[in-house]
Amino acid sequence: MSFSWARPYEPKRPLMRWIDERLPLPRLVYGAVGGGYPVPRNLNYWWNFGVAAGLFLTIQIITGIVLAMHYDASVTGAFDSVNQLIMRDVNAGWLLRYAHMNGASFFFIVVYIHIFRGLYYGSYKAPREMVWMLGLVIYLLMMATAFMGYVLPWGQMSYWGAQVITGFFSAFPGIGEPLRVWLLGGYAPDEAALTRFFSLHYLLPFVIAGVVILHIWALHIPGSSNPTGVDVKDERDTLPFHPFYTAKDGWFSAAILLVYAIVTYFAPNYLGHPDNYIPANPLSTPAEIVPEWYFWPFYAILRSFTVDFVLPAKLWGVLAMFSSILLLFFLPWIDKSPVRSGSYRPVFKRFFWLLVIDVLILGWAGGGAPTPMRNVISQLAAAYYFLHFLVILPLVSAFETPLPLPRSISDSVLHGEEAESAPAGSRPRRGKAATALAE
Amino acid sequence: MATKAGSAEVPQTAGSGVGEDGVRRRDFLNVAAVSFAGVGAVVAIAPLFVQMAPSADVLAQSTTEVDISKVQPGQGIKVSWRKQPVFVRNLTPKEIAEANAVPLSALRDPQTLAERTKPGKTNWLITLGVCTHLGCIPLGIGEGENRGPYGGYFCPCHGSQYDTAARIRAGPAPRNLEVPDYKFETPTTVMIGAKG
Amino acid sequence: MLLRAILGFIGAVFALVLLISMISGVATYVKSPPAPLASEEFHKLPRPLHLASDGAFGKFDKRQLQRGFQVYSEVCSACHSLKLVSFRDLKGLGYDDAEIKKIASDWKTQVPSINPDTGEEATRKALPSDTFPPPFPNEIAARAANNNALPPDLSLITKAREGGAAYVYSLLTGFQNQPAELVKKFPDAKTPPNLHYNPYFANLNIAMPPPLTTDGQVQYEDGTKPTVDQMAKDVAAFLVWTAEPNLESRHAAGMAVVIFLLIGTILGYLAYHQVWDEAKRTVRPTGPLDPANQAKTRRAKAKAGVAG
Repeated sequence: MSFSWARPYEPKRPLMRWIDERLPLPRLVYGAVGGGYPVPRNLNYWWNFGVAAGLFLTIQIITGIVLAMHYDASVTGAFDSVNQLIMRDVNAGWLLRYAHMNGASFFFIVVYIHIFRGLYYGSYKAPREMVWMLGLVIYLLMMATAFMGYVLPWGQMSYWGAQVITGFFSAFPGIGEPLRVWLLGGYAPDEAALTRFFSLHYLLPFVIAGVVILHIWALHIPGSSNPTGVDVKDERDTLPFHPFYTAKDGWFSAAILLVYAIVTYFAPNYLGHPDNYIPANPLSTPAEIVPEWYFWPFYAILRSFTVDFVLPAKLWGVLAMFSSILLLFFLPWIDKSPVRSGSYRPVFKRFFWLLVIDVLILGWAGGGAPTPMRNVISQLAAAYYFLHFLVILPLVSAFETPLPLPRSISDSVLHGEEAESAPAGSRPRRGKAATALAE
Repeated sequence: MATKAGSAEVPQTAGSGVGEDGVRRRDFLNVAAVSFAGVGAVVAIAPLFVQMAPSADVLAQSTTEVDISKVQPGQGIKVSWRKQPVFVRNLTPKEIAEANAVPLSALRDPQTLAERTKPGKTNWLITLGVCTHLGCIPLGIGEGENRGPYGGYFCPCHGSQYDTAARIRAGPAPRNLEVPDYKFETPTTVMIGAKG
Repeated sequence: MLLRAILGFIGAVFALVLLISMISGVATYVKSPPAPLASEEFHKLPRPLHLASDGAFGKFDKRQLQRGFQVYSEVCSACHSLKLVSFRDLKGLGYDDAEIKKIASDWKTQVPSINPDTGEEATRKALPSDTFPPPFPNEIAARAANNNALPPDLSLITKAREGGAAYVYSLLTGFQNQPAELVKKFPDAKTPPNLHYNPYFANLNIAMPPPLTTDGQVQYEDGTKPTVDQMAKDVAAFLVWTAEPNLESRHAAGMAVVIFLLIGTILGYLAYHQVWDEAKRTVRPTGPLDPANQAKTRRAKAKAGVAG
């Protein structure tokens, strides 16, 4: 990368030199997360969530591998292997199962915050478009992994969730139904579907890990962005990742783990649905079929298309649901404002918060039964979602007047961004000496 | 960080700091925080190892009750205990006499028949049906099976030969067939795996 | 530019179709509003139930669990299975090995097995290592004996129902006559002959007849008065245990882990501050307000003759 002042790797201990000469892995680690990777000095806590996501991926992989030692991937044995063997008889089995169950939820919480950080601070803009798109690929893989994982306990929601989601594919005319049958290996979720979901659920997290490596690699080419969105200009703008950001990530990860531990140990079923403690019954549909909370906004978008218009309503729902994620790939080209950070884009900032509220409303709407009132709210919120990204954002980014940017990161750190970005000659609000004194 | 002036002569000390006291304080907090995390990591991975130990349902299967009322002298049955074969044999007086006649010095793994059976029930020989060489199941428990030259058990894999007290007499096996813990619940039922 | 136009068009199309759906939905609602349901108006949320196992510091009341187990054995097990619980698990209720062996071998239903001589299907007495044998061998038999209704397995029932133990308790004590105003308002919702009215049940009419009808139905060994309310509470507490036998270890481990992480977070935060204070001290960027630079500016101004 372009940081000329990055400290080079100079191993002092003979062992490290020996290893480095034969396999430059220590050098790689040093340059990626050690003292050899310069990071903007002004990162705020919204930047901690990438590492937190990596932490939860690790937790999920480790607990998952260990659970797989006891899980029985068969229609007759799955429910009992989870709820009898693992939860009662396996030593610490209950802990591993609850940790894995809640780890998935926390993985999504952390990733959603990470994504919204990217949306606010323009992390998706040039030259980090690749980082953004790889991140979306990770998100799609996470959704597939989580969906398949939820099927494995073979409870009522597992089974009927699988029915509904694979049913999406039959919405496509012609190839839809054959595609659905091919995916399931049958006409309904059964032994074939369960065993293949288990195999893929075990595989995909490692694919995610690989894409995460690409994601970080792509990031380390331009280096991290920062809350001002202003590029790093010289050494004073940065700090080596170790020890400054290892310390910050360390303590914040402990805080996140604290919240995770409280939920896992004291409210382990709060984020789940009671119906999944009922063994799957293909002949009896539960009163309400809902996915896990992290899918609720998409479920709301899917259900809000209730009327046939040229295309059947079901197909509209499926297309809209997929589009809602796919449109994010185009974000770097939809929003072409040269100003990255929402801190300096007052109009954009307001619409950003509207989006956050909108997504929360969509989440609420997707989690409950489709009553008439909930439907109307769903439809309005879904409409806003598409209008936000596809109509409002391009217009805002083309026509808004951004606030003046600070000259550099260090200047914004030293004086506070407000003072530093005030136009020359004006009196900054904080009462500091006018910047007209400069140079 | 060391000041620029004078650092050329002064050798770099590890963990350079403002002053002796400041160095200790700074290092202590960092060391404390990192060690705390280390202890946490060790405790956190403990469940990963513990979960591999036999689960409660496996441990519950650690005893098996066997009805021996139908086993006549000279007969034997093979039962499954902890998923392994166990030979339960009712020795004839001739077999008992043969076993007692062997001097301990002639045995690779010296044990008397009395040591391998319960007092008052020396005719009941209960051993694992697993050859102590490499784990095959010896012949001899079923009717008509080859019992080898010593009249006990014969392992077809590498030729180990056991006598009427299931002690190793010839062949590569190092030890006698293992006698598991067992207890006579009643004169006609044995609980294999129970201490008693 | 073209890309933005295409995407904008797609967005507008989605918004339009949503608008059509919304208008159509509102029109349908206004023209023919959905009929009110009896279950919406008369369904009741569970009454609160306080158990010893509630809360972060909760522990099981073993005597209550034993009473609840007695209620299950003598009343519920006639129809409801407990398939995920093994007899040996009853150690958690405070029974010893001998008592468990007796409970298992005395259990009214036997475990399917094979006759060791003829190979025919047979049954045998349960061992402590067995799970509770179900009262009916399969679903068809269960339905045949219960007016085509399937009594659910109770091992996980407090985790499988919204409201948990409070729901079970309210349901067991909630059987009553159907209120007259319900019949008047919703004549179609009159309780059919084979069902029983219970406002805590989602559909208001449940196939299970009231299982706890009279005080003293079960004689408690510890002398507690066996009112219907008490029996319902005890069996609800027992069912919390069947669903969560590890509750106490979970709470204990949780407390230790949370305290550890709390201290770890604080230690980490202090260490982080220490590391960063050094950064702010020694890697300080200098700008115009830095005294050294201010001096420079003053000198430059003086040289240029500018008033400052």
